[in-house]
Amino acid sequence: MSGSGKAEFSKPVYARPRSLVDVKTHFCPGCHHGTIHKIVAECIDRYEVREKTIGVACVGCAVFLYDYIDVDVVEAPHGRAPAVATGVKRAQPDKFVFTYQGDGDLAAIGTSEVIHAANRGENLTVVFVNNTTYGMTGGQMAPTTMLGQKTSTTPYGRDFRGDGYPIKMAELLAGLEGTAYSARVAVSTPAQIRKAKEAVRKAFEMQIHGMGFSIVEFLSTCPTNWGMKPLDAQKRVLGEMSEYFPLGVYKERKQADVA
Amino acid sequence: MSALAAEAPKKIFLKGNEAICLGAIAAGCRHYYGYPITPQNDIPEYMAAHLPALGGTFLQAESEVATINMILGTSSSGKRVMTSSSGPGISLMQEGLSYMAGSELPAVVVNISRSGPGLGGIAPSQGDYFQAVKGGGHGGYRLIVLAPHSVQEMYTLTMLAFDLADKYRTPAMVLGDAIVGLMKEPFVANPYDPAATVEKPWALTGCEGRERRHLKSLYLKDNAIEIHNWKLHEKYEKIRETEARAESFLLDGAKIAVVAFGTAARVSKTAIQWARKEGIAAGMLRPITLFPFPGREVSDLAKTVDVLLVIEMNTGQMLEDVRQSTPLHDRIAFLGKPCAMPTPEEILERIRALAGRKG
Repeated sequence: MSGSGKAEFSKPVYARPRSLVDVKTHFCPGCHHGTIHKIVAECIDRYEVREKTIGVACVGCAVFLYDYIDVDVVEAPHGRAPAVATGVKRAQPDKFVFTYQGDGDLAAIGTSEVIHAANRGENLTVVFVNNTTYGMTGGQMAPTTMLGQKTSTTPYGRDFRGDGYPIKMAELLAGLEGTAYSARVAVSTPAQIRKAKEAVRKAFEMQIHGMGFSIVEFLSTCPTNWGMKPLDAQKRVLGEMSEYFPLGVYKERKQADVA
Repeated sequence: MSALAAEAPKKIFLKGNEAICLGAIAAGCRHYYGYPITPQNDIPEYMAAHLPALGGTFLQAESEVATINMILGTSSSGKRVMTSSSGPGISLMQEGLSYMAGSELPAVVVNISRSGPGLGGIAPSQGDYFQAVKGGGHGGYRLIVLAPHSVQEMYTLTMLAFDLADKYRTPAMVLGDAIVGLMKEPFVANPYDPAATVEKPWALTGCEGRERRHLKSLYLKDNAIEIHNWKLHEKYEKIRETEARAESFLLDGAKIAVVAFGTAARVSKTAIQWARKEGIAAGMLRPITLFPFPGREVSDLAKTVDVLLVIEMNTGQMLEDVRQSTPLHDRIAFLGKPCAMPTPEEILERIRALAGRKG
């Protein structure tokens, strides 16, 4: 053992991604942001784009992206990350540009920006984290909150008659011509994590090959605001969330859409 | 060097809105984002026709909300970038402008303003003065605001707006209206002087060979946001001290001094010349920068004249800054015409009345 208390191995077979900063995150126990950050960092390493990447941080728990992913990051107003990313990518088409957004950010206040970025076929990648609640502000109803789910602003449970239905962004964006890739994944089991990484790789490849807009929606936990233990939160993702928000690839463009 | 600068400047007949485009392109702006709104559509139409051939970007966004965030993104890349709009659209941009001020990102925003509030009308107005110079969005910040009163100035002040925005890392606004935007005048496309251009070592270009960079306005730790606010305040104070600009028009020996900007100032020039012919000692101080407001000039002038006649195409907005600039409030008179251009005759009549004469 070294003085730092960390074990020393002569042959590391599983290392921290180069693009993931070696700090403790502020995320709650059982939250999936850490895992999703790591997947993003691994994919940045895999395609060796760290030094040409500009990330766009959203408003919400994921705003501290710049503390955890070792790339240039600009902070966008709530919901506007796809517009900011458009401005970055149009100015620097040779750079790798991604946004990282929560469900309130992308699927409520930012619907216009994400739909039109997708519809223009902006050659950028969106990492969308759906945990069915507003985490940072204390667990209010999100556009993806499940019917019947109790939140601080749906104390009697979400009722479609007054609150509408949980919105399915991966399907919605797959329906747009400009979208090159749209998938929904989860990270509640090792097998799901492998599949999720595959989806992010596909999304990154779409941008690297100039195919157009790509999005990966992650089903994620928020044990704190769900009032659940981390393991129960995993079960919720595997159960009712995956039933309503089916995992899978909703669109995958095979050829660049060129006139 | 731009294509424009390569040609010998010659006098051409041009619309104010188009002069803004020429000024922006001459100053090296190759990125424009916008959304249609009257009376500024000449600007996006010109940029759509010309920027792609210059290797630039023209993008018609889905809203002004998206527009200003595209501006934020391109600005964070270190490129000169511009948008234009009018009152209702500028209102939608206030969120993004606040973020840009907080993140210290430069850009040029043109407001060819129209009547308000609400949908108002498309008549020329100076009703957006407060919004432009007092912050507009949340949190306490300033825009640098330039007020052209001619087609020539639409060109030169747009170039200056880029220089000042970059110099101070903050958004700058060119504030016009339907008159100065849509009128045509002889104009000379003088070459842009690149002496004032600055490096942008803060730009996000990918972290090759350096540490990663952030551009942000969120400061949660300890008293970081207080420190950030004082830093911004010092910047705005420096702008106040060094960048105020005003034109003195026939002020020698003047006893009645008009204080007006933009279109109101342009019309006032005619009335002042008529008054001078009648032997009335009239002149004008024309603020070219609205923020910073040329308060020292107003203060000095107030001591030497009988009357400061503030003329605005609103019910009295710059008037408050004039009052704040001098304690001699009994010398301040006001002629306001909301959502309409005062005629030279109306202004002359008022000058005569103040001079104790009948027409």
